[in-house]
Amino acid sequence: MTEKSTAEPLIRVSALSEGTVIDHLVAGTALKVLDILGIEFEGAVTIGMNLESRKMGQKDIIKIEHREVSPNEVAKIAVVSPRASFSIIRDFKVVEKFSPTPPKLIEGLIWCKNPSCISREDRVKSKFVVVRMDPLQIRCHYCERSQRKEEIELL
Amino acid sequence: MTAPAPDTDSFAGRDLISMRDYKRDELLAFLDEATFYEGYQEPLLKGKVLASLFFEPSTRTQLSFASAMQRLGGSTLGFSDAKLSSMAKGESLSDTIRVVESYCDIILIRHPREGAARLASESTSLPVINAGDGTNQHPSQTLLDLYTVRQTRGRLDNLKIAFIGDLKYSRTVHSLIETLTHFDNEIFLVSPQSLRTPPEFIEELDARGTVYTEDEDFFSIASDVDIIYTTRIQQERFPDPIEYEKVKNAYRIDREAIERVGADVTLMHPLPRLNEISTDLDDYPGAAYFDQAKNGVTVRKAILSLLLGASR
Repeated sequence: MTEKSTAEPLIRVSALSEGTVIDHLVAGTALKVLDILGIEFEGAVTIGMNLESRKMGQKDIIKIEHREVSPNEVAKIAVVSPRASFSIIRDFKVVEKFSPTPPKLIEGLIWCKNPSCISREDRVKSKFVVVRMDPLQIRCHYCERSQRKEEIELL
Repeated sequence: MTAPAPDTDSFAGRDLISMRDYKRDELLAFLDEATFYEGYQEPLLKGKVLASLFFEPSTRTQLSFASAMQRLGGSTLGFSDAKLSSMAKGESLSDTIRVVESYCDIILIRHPREGAARLASESTSLPVINAGDGTNQHPSQTLLDLYTVRQTRGRLDNLKIAFIGDLKYSRTVHSLIETLTHFDNEIFLVSPQSLRTPPEFIEELDARGTVYTEDEDFFSIASDVDIIYTTRIQQERFPDPIEYEKVKNAYRIDREAIERVGADVTLMHPLPRLNEISTDLDDYPGAAYFDQAKNGVTVRKAILSLLLGASR
């Protein structure tokens, strides 16, 4: 497949009257991203998985009609796919395009894998220090255990 | 050019939760200050109260902090069994800390859950000292270990240091290995396969460029070792008693073993020991484990004074 064909989803984007396009997702993470966003959409949802990409080798892309993303959702998506890019569409035009800023601290999004960590007690909001963004490695602010991307479980 | 040593006043009001929170020059300033507390008994902390909250049993940490506090004229209150606290009635740790802070000037906490001391420090404006949170950190032990290394070897750099025994679960070892990455030393990690150093600590050694070797065999470590730091292999870590029997005597150190790995070795152990160190080594000139216990009071006097902002 050529780069021209990878641009095809963008052609479809232009037909979106309003909504969000999330591009440059790590291949295989689209369903996880939908899970983060919840599945109660009124509009159409288009998912492209394992599309060829010159920059990434392979990538996923999601187009959602009548839905914009909250900062909290962007932060969660950045955890599973740090290089994701977001285009907000209104009235058939891209009104905003951004990539998430890598956070230094991830709060309340991730479940600490250590069963003995105090953050797993009720009433404690989890906090993780980002040690490295790509590939993602985080360290629990409380128990100081490291977690790699493949071990991360979102709350 | 080295940066000027931090002012000891800069420790006032801080917590001692994890060695990660302290930089190399701060550690050195801490150790320098601690030397003044050898035998020091002025009532520097008169009227100050230490709340000692032990949700898990301890002998030496709790007693040495109490001794340090009393030797400086302060007093201690608290409990040494979670069953005696309101936690037994279901109170959250944060609530317990908020209540206790009105009774004292500084809080010492040991808790079976990792991260408990950090959470406690976020629940109060008083200084909090971590006396052990699960298998995570035990910073006052690390400081007294560093103090003992410097006292016996005269330096914290250019040493060959062997850690032997349970390197998987020992928070004392984790905390010390991590802190030693601030200094330039060669490290040997000797343990049974099932009790190897966790990968995250190995990654930290790699990231910091620390020279290290991992092995199961004690005698494979290079000669001319300066320090042997050995730990207790805990029976409860082995689901299979046969496995425990296999390893329990594999790392026993006696005079003959010591002489094979170095002519002038400092032998350290956080205590309590079972049979890891033969009692025939107690009069060995390099045996430093009882010095560590003694230094515990000195270093903890410094910790209490510095965090409480009391000047000598």
